[in-house]
Amino acid sequence: MSKIIASAAIRGAYKIIERAEKQWREAMDKHGANEPVGFPNTAYYLPIIYGILGIKVEKLGDMEQVLKRCRALLPPPVRESHPLPYLAPALDAGMATFFAEEIIEAIRYLEQPNFYLKGEDITENNIWLGAANDVILRKRGIEFVDGTAPGFAAILGAAPTPQIAAKIAQELQEKNLYVFMAADYNGQRFAEQLIQAGVQIGWPTRLVSFGPDVSATVFAMGFATRAAMSFGGIEPGDFRKILIYNKDRIFAFALPLGYVTDEWYANGAGAINWGFPVIADTPIPEVLPSGICTYEHVVSNIPHDRIVARAVEVRGLKVTVTEVPIPVAFGPAFEGERVRGDDIYLEAGGGRTQMVEWVTSKRMDEVEDGKIEVIGPELADVPAGSRLPVAIAIEVAGRSMQEDYEPILERQIHHLINYAQGVMHIGQRDIAWIRVSKQAVEKGFKLRHIGALLHAKLHQDFGRIFDKMQVRIYTETDKVKEIVEKAREVYRTRDARIEGMTDETTETYYSCTLCQSFAPSHVCVISPERTGLCGSYNWMDCKAAYEINPTGPNQPVPKGNTIDGRLGQWQGVNDFVFKASRQKIDHYNFYSIVNDPMTTCGCCEAIAAVLPLCNGVMTVNRDYTGDTPCGMKFTTLAGTIGGGLSTPGFVGHGKYNITQRKFIKGDGGLLRIVWMPKMLKEEIAERLKTRAAEMGAPNFLDMIADETIGVTEEEILPFLTEKGHPALGMEPILG
Amino acid sequence: MAEKEAKSIDLATLEMIDKAAQDGAHVVFERAETTRPCPIGAEGSCCSICAMGPCRVMAPKGKQETLEDRRRRVGVCGATPETISARNFVRKIAAGTASHGDHGRVVAKFFLAVAKGEAPGYEIKDEQKLLQLALDLGVTIGDRSNKDIAVDIGNLMINEFGKQEGELLFLRRAPLKRQEIWRKNGVMPRGIDMEVAEAMHRTHMGTDQDYRDLLTAGVRTALADGWGGSMIATELQDIIFGTPAPVLSSINLGVLAEDKVNIIIHGHEPSLAEMMATVCQDPELIEYAKTKGAKGINLAGMCCTANEMLMRHGVPIAGNFLQQELAIVTGALEAIVVDVQCIMQGLVDTASCYHTKVITTDARAKIQGATHMPFEEHNAYESAKAIVKAAIDNYVNRGKNVRIPKYKQDMIAGFSHETINYLLGGMFRASYRPLNDNIINGRIRGVAAVVGCNNPRTPHDASNLIMVKELIKNDVLVVQTGCMAMASGKAGLMVPEAAKEFAGPGLASVCEAVGIPPVLHVGACIDNSRILMSTTAMVKDGGLGDDISDLPVAAAAPEWMSEKAIAIGQYAVGSGVFTVFGCNFPTTGNKEVSDFLFKEMEEIFGGMWAFEPDPLKAAQLMIAHIDKKRKALGIDKARERVLYDMAMRRALE
Repeated sequence: MSKIIASAAIRGAYKIIERAEKQWREAMDKHGANEPVGFPNTAYYLPIIYGILGIKVEKLGDMEQVLKRCRALLPPPVRESHPLPYLAPALDAGMATFFAEEIIEAIRYLEQPNFYLKGEDITENNIWLGAANDVILRKRGIEFVDGTAPGFAAILGAAPTPQIAAKIAQELQEKNLYVFMAADYNGQRFAEQLIQAGVQIGWPTRLVSFGPDVSATVFAMGFATRAAMSFGGIEPGDFRKILIYNKDRIFAFALPLGYVTDEWYANGAGAINWGFPVIADTPIPEVLPSGICTYEHVVSNIPHDRIVARAVEVRGLKVTVTEVPIPVAFGPAFEGERVRGDDIYLEAGGGRTQMVEWVTSKRMDEVEDGKIEVIGPELADVPAGSRLPVAIAIEVAGRSMQEDYEPILERQIHHLINYAQGVMHIGQRDIAWIRVSKQAVEKGFKLRHIGALLHAKLHQDFGRIFDKMQVRIYTETDKVKEIVEKAREVYRTRDARIEGMTDETTETYYSCTLCQSFAPSHVCVISPERTGLCGSYNWMDCKAAYEINPTGPNQPVPKGNTIDGRLGQWQGVNDFVFKASRQKIDHYNFYSIVNDPMTTCGCCEAIAAVLPLCNGVMTVNRDYTGDTPCGMKFTTLAGTIGGGLSTPGFVGHGKYNITQRKFIKGDGGLLRIVWMPKMLKEEIAERLKTRAAEMGAPNFLDMIADETIGVTEEEILPFLTEKGHPALGMEPILG
Repeated sequence: MAEKEAKSIDLATLEMIDKAAQDGAHVVFERAETTRPCPIGAEGSCCSICAMGPCRVMAPKGKQETLEDRRRRVGVCGATPETISARNFVRKIAAGTASHGDHGRVVAKFFLAVAKGEAPGYEIKDEQKLLQLALDLGVTIGDRSNKDIAVDIGNLMINEFGKQEGELLFLRRAPLKRQEIWRKNGVMPRGIDMEVAEAMHRTHMGTDQDYRDLLTAGVRTALADGWGGSMIATELQDIIFGTPAPVLSSINLGVLAEDKVNIIIHGHEPSLAEMMATVCQDPELIEYAKTKGAKGINLAGMCCTANEMLMRHGVPIAGNFLQQELAIVTGALEAIVVDVQCIMQGLVDTASCYHTKVITTDARAKIQGATHMPFEEHNAYESAKAIVKAAIDNYVNRGKNVRIPKYKQDMIAGFSHETINYLLGGMFRASYRPLNDNIINGRIRGVAAVVGCNNPRTPHDASNLIMVKELIKNDVLVVQTGCMAMASGKAGLMVPEAAKEFAGPGLASVCEAVGIPPVLHVGACIDNSRILMSTTAMVKDGGLGDDISDLPVAAAAPEWMSEKAIAIGQYAVGSGVFTVFGCNFPTTGNKEVSDFLFKEMEEIFGGMWAFEPDPLKAAQLMIAHIDKKRKALGIDKARERVLYDMAMRRALE
C-alpha cells in the first residue's frame, strides 16, 4: 500500500461509513429496529458481515453493532509527514467499507424493493441484477468448483468507449472469467457500455451487471465470501480461513477503469483482504511487494489491450484457452447466451424441424481425421430466418476407443456448440435444437464450423481415447431422417446396457475429487448405481475421464471387501476416502441417509432429509427456493451439509439418482420418499413411475406430497395417511 | 573536528562534551581517555577468582610458543588459558542473565500483585495478550476472570525462577527443531536462578575445567535469559502496561525544555516510569510547577526505561547510554531519576557542577552521594509524586548556565512482535506471510538485529550508523533495541521517509507498501526476546526452513559494553543466530575458546559468534551469512512466477 493509496482508502472509508450511518438512522426513524432486512433468498444474511464477523443481520436494529465495528475499525487519517504504518489500517478500513456498503445495499433493498432484478437476466427497463441469490450462487458456484470459471473480474467504472468495453469483456469471457460490474466513471458504466455495443449481459453470459454504484462491489465480494462458506465448509466468523480460502482458490481481481476515487480506493483496499489484486488503467501508485495477495497488490497504468492478460498474470492464474478455428469467440462464458426472435438466422430442431446428434466409432481406416462435410445447404445457401433439418454425425476411431465412450463424446456436443458466440444449443440426441444468430453469420460462421469446433475441442479434451475424427453435417430431410433412425437404434442398445450395470457386479468404482479445489476434504465415489451428486458425472464418465487423464481427479477405486452390502460400504472405498479426504473422513455408506451417508461439497443437485414424523424422507432440488418439511430451504440445507461433511439424516444426491435402484436402499429405497417439490416430481415423473412400478407401487408418484400439500411434516402427514403411503408401514427410520 | 568525531558522531553530544569541559564537569568521554583498558583483562587472560592469583596467562606476542612454554602458561592451580578465558566468559553470561532475570522476577512479582489488586493504579491492559499467554502456558481460560487467569500466570512465572527441574515454559514456543537441538545438547534451562547459580558454581575455582563444557553450559545459562527472564519481563510488562504499537515521538537532548521542569528517568525497569508518566500529567503537580515559575513538567527518558516509555506512551528520549551525564551538563535538568542497570556512578560527580538531583529509587541500586527516594509499588502514585515534587522544588535552583542542544529528531517506535504481525496484514489477515514472501522473492534480503549498548572505546553511535546503513542499503531489514535503536533514531533512520533515502530498492518498496521505516525499533534490551519471538514466527509461517538457524538473519552488537550483551549474544547464538560483536571481544586472548565460539558452535547450534571491530566489514559478514542462508534455502535466485490452474488448486492442503 503506498501512502497515497492508504490515505485515500481511509478517506473513502470515512465517507462510505458516514453515508451508511446516515442512511441507517433514517431507516430506523422510518421503520424501527424490528424491520426485517437482507438480500433476497439467501441463507447467508449480509454475506460479508456474516462471513467475516459471524453476525446475522436480520433486522434494521442488527446493523447497529456492525456500524459500531466499522467505527472501531476506522483508523485515523494518514499523516503527511512521518506517517505511522498505514497498510494494516488501510486494509481494516477497506473491510469496514464493505460492511458499510452491505448495509447501504440492504437498506436500498428495503426502501426500493424493485431497484434490483430478482433473476439471472436483465430486462428492457432494468439492467441491475443486485445480489446473487443462493440458487444462482450454487448453480454458478459449480463452475467455480469444477474450473469452468476460474474466477472473476470486478470492474468498476467504464472503459473509454463501448467498443473497448466490449473487447475487454469478451477477452475476459474467453478466459472463462465472470465479469462483475459496479460503479460509474464520468457518468458512464461498463455494463451500459456493453449494452450499447450490442453485447448480451446477465448471469448466463457471465457479464453480471450488479449495480450502478460503487457499493454494488459488495455483491461480488459477498459471492466470494459465500463460496468459502458453502463450498469450503468454513464457519461464519472464521474470517481468516474465509479470506485465505479466497486468496488460494478464487481467482478474482479488480479492474478499476477510470479515475480512482477515494471510495474506489477503499473498496480496493477491502478486496486486498481477500487476496484480490487491483489492476488499474490509470497511473495510480503501484504496490508491488507481495504478501496479502499472491503477487502484486496494485498494478497501474495498463493499456486496455493488455489489461486482461496483465490481470491474469498478477493474480497468478493459469487459463488454458484452446484456439478453435471458427470466426466467432468461443468459451464457456458464451454458453448461456440466447439467440432470439429477429436475431435468428437459422433454426433447427426444437419441434420445428428434425435434428439429431450421434457419435459412433469406426475402424481406423474408415476415418479421415479432420474431414468435415456439409451435405445439403450451407448457411450461405439459405436466407436469414430459415429452418433446416440437421444431423450431426461424428465418426471416431482409435486404439483406445470403446463403444462405451460414444455417449460421453456425444454429450459434449451440447455445451461445445453452445460455447460458440452467437450459437445457441439445447437438448441432445434426437431432441437437439440449435439456433445460429445473424451476428455469427455476419462474422462468417458456417455450419461446417460446428464440425471444426467439435473436432478441435474433442481432440483436445478426449485425444487420449480416440485418434481420428470426422464430422458429417446433413441438412437434407431424407438424410437426416436416415441418421435419426440409425441413431435411435443405438440409443436403445446403449440405454439397456447402462441400465443393466449393477454395483454388485462392478469391482471398480471411480472417485471424483474435482471439487477439491473448493472443498478440500470432499471425495465422491461413484458407482454405476449411484451417480455423482452434482448430476454431472456417472460411472462411465469417470471411467473415461480416468482413461483420458490417469493422474486426474477421477481415479479407479477397487471396492475391496464388502463391509455392509445393504448400506453400501466397502473396505477399498473407505481406504481411498480416508486418504483422499486428507484423513477427515474414514468411511461412508453409499445407500443410506441415516447411517454415515456420503459427503457433499455443497454443489449437489438435490438434498434428501429424514422426516421422522412421516417415517420417510423428503428431497429437494436446487432450483426450488421455497420452504420444505424439514424446516430448511435448499440453500440452508446445502450450507449445513456442504464442505465435505457426513451428516446423518441428510444426504446430497443427483436428481437421476432418485430413480436408480440403489437410492437410499439401506433405508428402504425410493418408497421412503414422502415429499418433493412439484417441479422435481414433474421432471422425473416418467422414470419415477417406472422404478416405483418395479418396486410394486405403480401409483407411487401420486402418493408423494409436494408444496401444494404442505411444507411441514404436520401438514403432509394426513395426506400420506390418506394415500396409504408405503413409508408409513415401514420399520421406524430412526432405529 | 577529527578528534571530536573520535568521540561521537552525534552533534548534541559533541556540543555538550565541549560545555562539560568549559564547566569543569567530568564525563565518560574524558574518563575513557584517562583510564585506558587493561590489556590483559580485555582479552580475557586474567583469572582473579581465587586468592592464589590473580594469574595472567597471555599468549606471547609475535613469537612461536614451544610446547613446554605452553604447558607453563597456566594459572597457579594449573587452569589452562582456555579454562580461564571460558570461565571469564561464562561469568559474564551469568551476570547478564542474573540482571535480566532479576528484572524479570521483579516484573513477575509485580504482575502478581497487579493481578491480585494489590498494586493500586495498575491494571491488566492487554487482555488479548493475557489470553494468548494463558493458551501458551496451558492456563485454563474457560469462564474465568482475567484476574484469576493472571494470578495463575503470575504464579507460574514466579515459579520459573526457583524451579529445580524440567524445562522453562517459554522454551516450548521455539521451533520444534530448535527444541530438539537444545535437548540433544543438554542445554534446556531448568530454572532461571538455578542456571545462574550453577554457572557461578561451575566457574568457581577448581570446578568445571573443560572449556567446551563450560561454554556449552553457558548456552543453557544464556537461554534462561532470552527465553526466560527477558521473555517473562517482556510478556508480563506488555500485559500490565500495554503491548507497544507504533507511536511517533522524538529523541536527543533537544527534547529537554527551556521553560519546564525537566525530569529524566533512566535505567531499565518500567513500573516506576509508567507511574511517573501518569503523575507528570497530574494537574495538581503541573500547577505546583507553575508556582515555581515553570510552564509545566517535561518527562523524558534515557536508556531502556526510555525505550519502554517511548514504545508505550510516546514519551521522548533524551539520549542513549553515553549521553546520561550530558543531560545534566545542559544545566536544565532538575532531576535524573534512576532505577537499575547502566547507571554511571559518574552522574553524581557531574551533577555536583549543576543543580541536578540524582535520585535513586531501587533498593538494589543506591549510589553514594545521590538522594534515595524508594519507589514503592504498593504505594506507587504517592511515591512517584514525591519524586516529581522533589524535581519541581529543584527548578528554582536552575542556574543561568543553561544550554540545551537544538538537536532532536522525530522517530517512530513500538514494533512489538504482535504489532508487526498486525501491520503486515491488518486485523483480518495478520501474519508474517508478507515478510517471508518478500524475503523469498528477494525484495528483502534478510533481517538483521543490531542491538546493544554504547561504548566510549569506539566513537559514540558511529559503528551503529555505518553498520545499519550498509545493511539497509543492501535490502536487509534492521530491527533494533536498546541504545543502538536510539542511535538510529537520532540519525533519522526510524521514520518511514528514511526508506527512500537510505534503503535498497527492494526493501524500500516493502517499507513504502507497509508504511514502516527500514529500521524498526522493537524496544528495550530486555525486548530482544521479542526478536526471538519474531524469528520463531518467521519459521512458523513457512517457506524459510524449519529452524531459526535456517533463516536469512544475523545479529550484531557493534558498540556493546555490558555483561548483559554477552548473555544476549550467547542466547542468540544458542538459538541459531549468527552474531557479530564490535569494539572488543573478551576471548581474543585465546584461540581455542574463540574457535569454539566462532566456528564449533555453528556445528552444534547452527549459530556462531564473530568479532569484527570494523562496522562496515561486520555488516558485510552479516550480509554474507544472510546470503549463505538464502542459498541453502534455494532462494538466492529469482523464481519464476507460478500460475495456478485447477489441478494445482486441488492439490492445495
